Amino acid sequence: MAHYEAVIGLEVHVELKTNTKIFCHSSTEFGADPNHHVCPVCLGLPGVLPVVNKKVVEYAVKAGLALNCQIAAFSKFDRKNYYYPDLPKNYQISQYDLPIAEHGHLEINVNGANKYIGITRVHMEEDAGKLVHQGTISTTPYSLVDYNRTGVPLIEIVSEPDMSSADEAVAYLEKLKAIIQYTGVSDCKMQEGSLRCDANISVRPVGQAELGTKAEIKNMNSFKALHKAVSYEIERQIEVLEDGERVVQETRTWDEARGETFSMRSKEEAHDYRYFPDPDLAPLVIDREWVNEIKASLPELPDERRDRFVKVYGLPEYDAMVLTGTRELADYYEQCVELYNNPKLVSNWVMGDLARMMNVSGQEIQDLRISPHQLAKMLELLDKGTISGKIAKTVFEEMFKTGKDPGKVVEEKGLVQISDAGLIDKVVEEVIAANPKSVEDYRAGKEKAIGFLVGQVMKSTKGKANPGLVNELLKEKLGK
Amino acid sequence: MQLHYLTAHQLHDMLVSKQISAEELTRAVFDRIEQVEEKIRAYVTLTQEQALELARQVDKARLAGETLPLLAGIPVAIKDNMCTKGVRTTCASKILYNYIPPYNATVMERLNEARAVMLGKTNLDEFAMGSSCENSAFFTTCNPWDTNRVPGGSSGGSAAAVAAGEAILALGSDTGGSIRQPASFCGVVGMKPTYGAVSRYGLVAYASSLDQIGPFARDVTDCAMLLNVICGHDPLDSTSAPYDVPDYTAFLSGDIKGTKIGVPREYMGEGIDPAVKEVIQKAIDVYTGLGAIVEETTLPHSEYALPAYYLIAPAEASSNLARYDGVRYGYRAGEAEDLVNMFMQTRSEGFGAEVKRRIMLGTYALSAGYYDAYYNKALKVRTLIKDDFDRALEQYDLLLGPTAPVTAFKRGEKVDDPLQMYMVDICTLAVNLAGIPAISIPAGMVDNLPVGLQLIGRPFGEGDILRAAYAFEQNTDHHRKLPE
Repeated sequence: MAHYEAVIGLEVHVELKTNTKIFCHSSTEFGADPNHHVCPVCLGLPGVLPVVNKKVVEYAVKAGLALNCQIAAFSKFDRKNYYYPDLPKNYQISQYDLPIAEHGHLEINVNGANKYIGITRVHMEEDAGKLVHQGTISTTPYSLVDYNRTGVPLIEIVSEPDMSSADEAVAYLEKLKAIIQYTGVSDCKMQEGSLRCDANISVRPVGQAELGTKAEIKNMNSFKALHKAVSYEIERQIEVLEDGERVVQETRTWDEARGETFSMRSKEEAHDYRYFPDPDLAPLVIDREWVNEIKASLPELPDERRDRFVKVYGLPEYDAMVLTGTRELADYYEQCVELYNNPKLVSNWVMGDLARMMNVSGQEIQDLRISPHQLAKMLELLDKGTISGKIAKTVFEEMFKTGKDPGKVVEEKGLVQISDAGLIDKVVEEVIAANPKSVEDYRAGKEKAIGFLVGQVMKSTKGKANPGLVNELLKEKLGK
Repeated sequence: MQLHYLTAHQLHDMLVSKQISAEELTRAVFDRIEQVEEKIRAYVTLTQEQALELARQVDKARLAGETLPLLAGIPVAIKDNMCTKGVRTTCASKILYNYIPPYNATVMERLNEARAVMLGKTNLDEFAMGSSCENSAFFTTCNPWDTNRVPGGSSGGSAAAVAAGEAILALGSDTGGSIRQPASFCGVVGMKPTYGAVSRYGLVAYASSLDQIGPFARDVTDCAMLLNVICGHDPLDSTSAPYDVPDYTAFLSGDIKGTKIGVPREYMGEGIDPAVKEVIQKAIDVYTGLGAIVEETTLPHSEYALPAYYLIAPAEASSNLARYDGVRYGYRAGEAEDLVNMFMQTRSEGFGAEVKRRIMLGTYALSAGYYDAYYNKALKVRTLIKDDFDRALEQYDLLLGPTAPVTAFKRGEKVDDPLQMYMVDICTLAVNLAGIPAISIPAGMVDNLPVGLQLIGRPFGEGDILRAAYAFEQNTDHHRKLPE
């Protein structure tokens, strides 16, 4: 494979989190009964006209600015004409040659190396509805149409073909998602379809200037799927070339179950969308002052925040990058640090136990029961020696599951660390008496044997003995 | 004098002084409809019960001492391409033969606020594509002056209804002359306002950048009154202009001394029937006699208006009419084997020949590889045409010429020759491309058929047009002539 390189560009659709649709007053709420959030305008009934939702333009500008784009002074909407039952007008109002934002970039980090990925354009468009088939699309006797999603505002973000591996594609999408989430213009939930991604992929021999023929891959519904689909497609195309054949320009869909891409339609069948300016909508003249206001309203974005975490908290670059991966995580971390001023220790807990347990339970930061305040209090108990590091893990688990205060967990479970030398002394005596062999080994110079004895003390105190104290007492009693 | 042939302002006075009731008036017009509709066939749908109920409400309100708007109780006909809540809106097309809108067009809301009484929905060329009403999927409307002739189109039903006393006022829509040309053929007043003056919300789109709703009336005063009701900004239409609507009746002074009127030589040249030209020449003499300064001028790109129009309008139409696919409402072809066939059969069976012709023209003009040569070129020509008007209207307050090159032609005469049919609109198309206002008023007769005089004004210069139209009307009696 070493003598081929892949060229990858992504087209990402993001649903904007406005209350109402892009061209009418219907609600954008997700999950309502079918055809509940519709009106004559988004149903495309005869005679209706679109009126652009100013919030949509504002959000698109905001996203464009966050992606380092130039914002157009003059932009317009065009009609993209094609027939499909989920598109009530049989054209989609989109933007063709004068998108709202162009010429941006973002920075990714893969295996410690930074790379700029160019962003060609950001444009606004209306979402289509949803077809509900009875079985599969090819065998369904009839299909139902749900127009709730019709007219929900989207921005499409088109990257330059600057990525060359599945890792880079995933890193790009992760960064893009983080940036958009930071701006607050979208939830970017892949499962709910508020973030959708298509990939354009081609391969060429290393050193060849000319691009290979590309295929467009659709239907990747998670970061994992994106990684698998891109890897698969790169290998597939290399195999095609190795076999002396040519890659066909086509649209392919990712089949998650089979773990492969397969052809949907070739270029010969490709649509001529007959784009033309929508005569129902006046062109947008974007006021500079307004753009500046939106710019001023941008929050701190992931890269800036990462740099600040390194500088202000003295965190390693890697920690800072992971912690700023989502706005919620970074906020959570900072709230903890504010209450408990040991940034690296907090980072270890957030990136370690918290991340691990979130992974297992599938929870997001916003679903967490354990508050930053509670985590900080637990770390204080640890500092004071009320609980041991080991017990802290147990306490944390309980807090994660129940949302109880650390003090309460410690009390309920009787987990207070035993630092009373008298109490421990008694147990140490018992352990020494019961394990003459280990005692002998230790005295004979086997330093390791003391570990076993400590373990025995901890065991009989149910882990509550202060391990430092146990160590100290043992060494003292066993002499030299 | 029969009530059905009076004007809205006369009837208003009679209603206010309680000489008649709104219900009596409505009944009188429906009696007239019953009497002549068989011959004229202006209406696709009549809403008699609803109309009488509205009329009774107006009477009740008046008896209760309420001060009512000027058009309260006045019977109005609506072209059947404007959405009327709960009342079938067909666009004279098989594909919408059973379509009942769940909402009112903005103009309907305005008429309701004005408490006008809708009589019914009038016939048109299918989706407003045509110049004779012969493209209606249902039936052809006849010209009240000679029932063997067409009423013009596409708003032929509305024009014929007003001319035949089947309505006091009517609304039409004008994309390339569809109000003015039938007004000319039927001997009534018809006006296309400035693009953006009247909301298009609820007007079933043919060509969005050209469509404009406007009034039909029996005289200029009525036209101004109806314009007062329908004009004004609408937040539901992004192309509607935010502007202060003046009281258009205030322009009806009769004084046009010193008004500068240009007569584009292109509108008085080849292709214009000499008899029509003669009528227009007499109108020019009237204006000169009233102290207006009338001079010849030029709109050099006039000959390109028709080809530009027949690229831009069909291009927009091909997209606007894509939604009629049988999925959600209207006609659906039965027993198609799959989705694509359902689309194709529905549209093949649901649309008439002229609509299909324009959809194909427009699809072609927008196709990859042809866009620049056709659609884009047409947009450039449109700019040149606009510039022509800008220049001419810098020098002149108004432009004057015939509304149509001919009088009403016989039914069937041009149906097999689309180009001949398109030529009937050569004097009106350019005005839509420029987005400016124009009126057609009765200016005389040729062989007992009406001839319309077209006055074209500056953007939002409806008042100036009405002033000149009113002055002409005050000094002639063409508008008083009635068909047999």
